[in-house]
Amino acid sequence: MASRMLVGSRKGLFIFEPLRDEWRIASQAFLGQPVSMVLQDPRDGSLYVALNLGHFGAKLHRSDDGGATWTEVSVPAFPKVEGKEDAPSLGMIWALEAAGPDMPGTLWAGTMPAGLFRSDDKGVTWTQNAAFESIPGKSEWFGGGNDAPGLHSVAIHPQDSRRMVVGISCGGAWTTADGGVSWSNASKGMWAAYMPPDQRENPSIQDPHRIVRCRDHPDTLWTQHHNAQFRTTNGAAEWNTISETFGFAVAAHPKNAETAWFVPAQKDEMRIPSEGDFCVLKTEDGGKNFRRITSGLPDKPCFDLIYRHALDVDGEGRDLAFGSTTGNLWASGDSGESWRVVSNHLPPIYCLKLLH
Amino acid sequence: MPSVQFTSHLRKVAPTGVIAVGGATLRTALDEVFAKHPRVKSYVLDDQERLRKHVVIFVDGERISGGSDLMQSVNPTAQIYVLQALSGG
Repeated sequence: MASRMLVGSRKGLFIFEPLRDEWRIASQAFLGQPVSMVLQDPRDGSLYVALNLGHFGAKLHRSDDGGATWTEVSVPAFPKVEGKEDAPSLGMIWALEAAGPDMPGTLWAGTMPAGLFRSDDKGVTWTQNAAFESIPGKSEWFGGGNDAPGLHSVAIHPQDSRRMVVGISCGGAWTTADGGVSWSNASKGMWAAYMPPDQRENPSIQDPHRIVRCRDHPDTLWTQHHNAQFRTTNGAAEWNTISETFGFAVAAHPKNAETAWFVPAQKDEMRIPSEGDFCVLKTEDGGKNFRRITSGLPDKPCFDLIYRHALDVDGEGRDLAFGSTTGNLWASGDSGESWRVVSNHLPPIYCLKLLH
Repeated sequence: MPSVQFTSHLRKVAPTGVIAVGGATLRTALDEVFAKHPRVKSYVLDDQERLRKHVVIFVDGERISGGSDLMQSVNPTAQIYVLQALSGG
């Protein structure tokens, strides 16, 4: 069983640990404060919690002792622009990832408004990625469900941290092979049902809701997009449509390139399970077929929505968990074949990470 | 001297009670606090050093709307309150 689960909610951080094969809340922190992202750096065990304080801005805290004590570190900041009234300011940290062992100490943060920032000192200081900022046409990106575009996914190649794919709602997918020195669009194959016909395949306005990578087959990535699911097997050189279902969350099996899990929803004006019917979709053949799994999940009608960062899988592909906007949390110990309730009484869940 | 008081919501990062400051403008008065308590600044001002949208400042009972208002002069007995707006959050 995974050793720990970090759950970031509207009202703070909850750290779950297993007790006799059941998840139990072991500790909590930042009670009352909205958590936009959580991270455990597998290289040194440091924990990070990004807060979105609303009134007082976004903050970042690090714990070097497993969550017993926390220190506020810096947040990424957009450079000051004199005389420009609408110059950007950090709204929220929406992605936080640790690079691999080949880049010790390096963290990447994705933000809303869309920006990419790097820290080489465990969050003490941050540097804006200048090449990302100067992507042509970036000013034409737009918000998806939010006022500003946001960078929510940083999928780092496990064997070469210089290779990354990032996802922006709505700005498409972008890739770098040189650690962010240069970027190229990686949205080929994606299409947008919400745009005029002549803009449907515009690579820079795609709305990938979440992009995840298969750890052991890193050229395979999966995207839950606004109007479809896509899969690539060539490192995001081109994506194939595997389904046309709305949703936010996707988890990639870490070992098996053919397997992924999605939690679908009804799009746009609804954002609830399709017709109140809640399920997990699992494919084991690269997206040719999906099985609809409901074992252990609530009966119809159900109104739980799973946000893009609120579904995760462990390093074996066996333990999974997801949490909902209704504050329900479910876990699976059999590769998502069946689910059990961990809690029905949490605040709205924004993000979740299973630790190994 | 002008005085500054922060909302109790900021007690973890801001000084408590009434703080006497120098400064001829609202911004220089605040800067004096920020110099001694660096973490406070990012809670009150955004990356562009604008007053955060959902933070309000009152100077002698008058609400400051941010922007150029931060540059307004304050008299030597001004009472400055930095509060959490009831909007947003």
